[in-house]
Amino acid sequence: MDQKTTTNTPESATGRPEAREAAVAEAPAAAAKLIVSTSPHFMAEESIPKIMHTVVMALMPAAAASVYFFGWRALFLIIVCVASCLATEYAFQRIRRKPIKIHDGSAVITGMLLAMTLPAGFPVYGAVLGSVFAIGAGKELFGGLGYNIFNPALLGRAFLMATYPVLTTTWVEPRTVEKAVDAVTAATPIALWKFEGSMDFNLLDMFLGNTAGSLGETSALAIIIGGLYLRYKGYINWKLPLGYLGAIAAFSAIFWLANPAKYPNPLFHLFAGGAMLGAWFMVTDMVTSPTTSLGQWIFVIAAGLMAVVIRIFGGLPEGVMYSILFMNAFVPLLNKHTRPRVFGAVKAGKG
Amino acid sequence: MPQDRSLFYEFKKGLWQDIPPFRLLLGLCPALAVSNSAINGLSMGLATLFVLFTSNMVVSLIRRTISAKVRIPAYVVVIATLVTVTDIFLAAVFPAISKALGPYIPLIVANCIILGRAEAFAQKNPLLPTAMDTLGIGLGFTMSLTLMGVIREVLGFGSVFGVKLLGSWFEPWIVMILPAGAFLVLGALVALVGWISSRKAAREAAAAEPASH
Repeated sequence: MDQKTTTNTPESATGRPEAREAAVAEAPAAAAKLIVSTSPHFMAEESIPKIMHTVVMALMPAAAASVYFFGWRALFLIIVCVASCLATEYAFQRIRRKPIKIHDGSAVITGMLLAMTLPAGFPVYGAVLGSVFAIGAGKELFGGLGYNIFNPALLGRAFLMATYPVLTTTWVEPRTVEKAVDAVTAATPIALWKFEGSMDFNLLDMFLGNTAGSLGETSALAIIIGGLYLRYKGYINWKLPLGYLGAIAAFSAIFWLANPAKYPNPLFHLFAGGAMLGAWFMVTDMVTSPTTSLGQWIFVIAAGLMAVVIRIFGGLPEGVMYSILFMNAFVPLLNKHTRPRVFGAVKAGKG
Repeated sequence: MPQDRSLFYEFKKGLWQDIPPFRLLLGLCPALAVSNSAINGLSMGLATLFVLFTSNMVVSLIRRTISAKVRIPAYVVVIATLVTVTDIFLAAVFPAISKALGPYIPLIVANCIILGRAEAFAQKNPLLPTAMDTLGIGLGFTMSLTLMGVIREVLGFGSVFGVKLLGSWFEPWIVMILPAGAFLVLGALVALVGWISSRKAAREAAAAEPASH
């Protein structure tokens, strides 16, 4: 992706309306110096480590919930993933003789997010493999932070899904991991509904996280707390998580209204699987989401539609991961074609 | 045709410098489709080697007889004939391999390496250089496909040529026997071969530098 550092071209400034207004409000000289780039974009006193450490903080409630529901094994998996991601990043930057930037925290987030999408009983070697792939193939091969097309954590998870299809979908009942040597395997609410036609789910349990599922995905409450913290800090655009969740709710509502006996209600779809984690922490990834307002709307609505379609018609129980990865591929295209026309500007002759 | 290159050079360039598919990036379809096990890669490579060698010999022999305007259809007829021979031969003698490779044996007709070598080499060169060129390229292709097959089979099944290599402790990477695994392995090998080549080129340039001054 080309990192445009254009000065005073109004077209490229439109990705961030606030920035433009602020710049216009100040002296014209300030506007001329405004550096506008493709994502990741940060303004003023922000820095990558600061943003990344805030995201890590925002992930803490979900991490705590995973330890609460799945025991110390959850913490162990998170540590393994974070350590492997850091080690992979270090190794790549060392081999490529690039500056070592593992302290910027982005690999920590990738590791945490990857761990959050794994079942509690997932083997350590699998977690290491997924982390190496996430950082190696998902990020460093593209050129490092800011150049990756796909969300690295989701790419690692997708690789594990294809590599160990059984292990990645062998879930354990919450709070049973420590009690028995062999954890009690259980199906997630979404798998129960999909493969056994069970509509017997407890929305409160799903909201709190007391169901079988991936480490950090089960507790919608903990994820929302973290997400709201991020929103409060101003690091995520409300359009992305709410648009994605809204699209999932709207499209699943169509099926629910058509046949409530067969299709669960929209709240089920919001609290089940990876929808919450995906909406607050993966759709909002600064690097792999569109920069323009229209692009963001298209991105989240298409991703939400795809998640619902995969859940209802697909062969897999969960569609959040593929929906986000699929739309990630369209981000450069969306950024290119959804640039709003500057007021008064004439359409360029070349097209 | 001026003979400025040795026959051995024509043979050897296919094994590394122009090795398909990693350096030429031709013949990617069979490399992706039938490299899911070592034996499939090897048999596909050998079948391609046979067609490449024989068809290019014929092309080299008739190179002065064929009008330039119809040369491509003429080459395709030659290649298709030899592919049919290969297909029938495999079905008769190695039915298991023929079944495993399925439609990819007839599809050798569409393999760009064969038409590519006919266009780029056989139509301009006499029999002997053509034989060396196609043998080198064909062997390189066979090696590449076998290597991809070995990597994918080890990781995807824990075995090589059907012989169990890794014990039960190894959890096979299912992705490696899926199409996605083919892309991953091919990409990694293209990168690796390119990296080694560029390092070698840099070293040779560095070695040549003091000598020239």
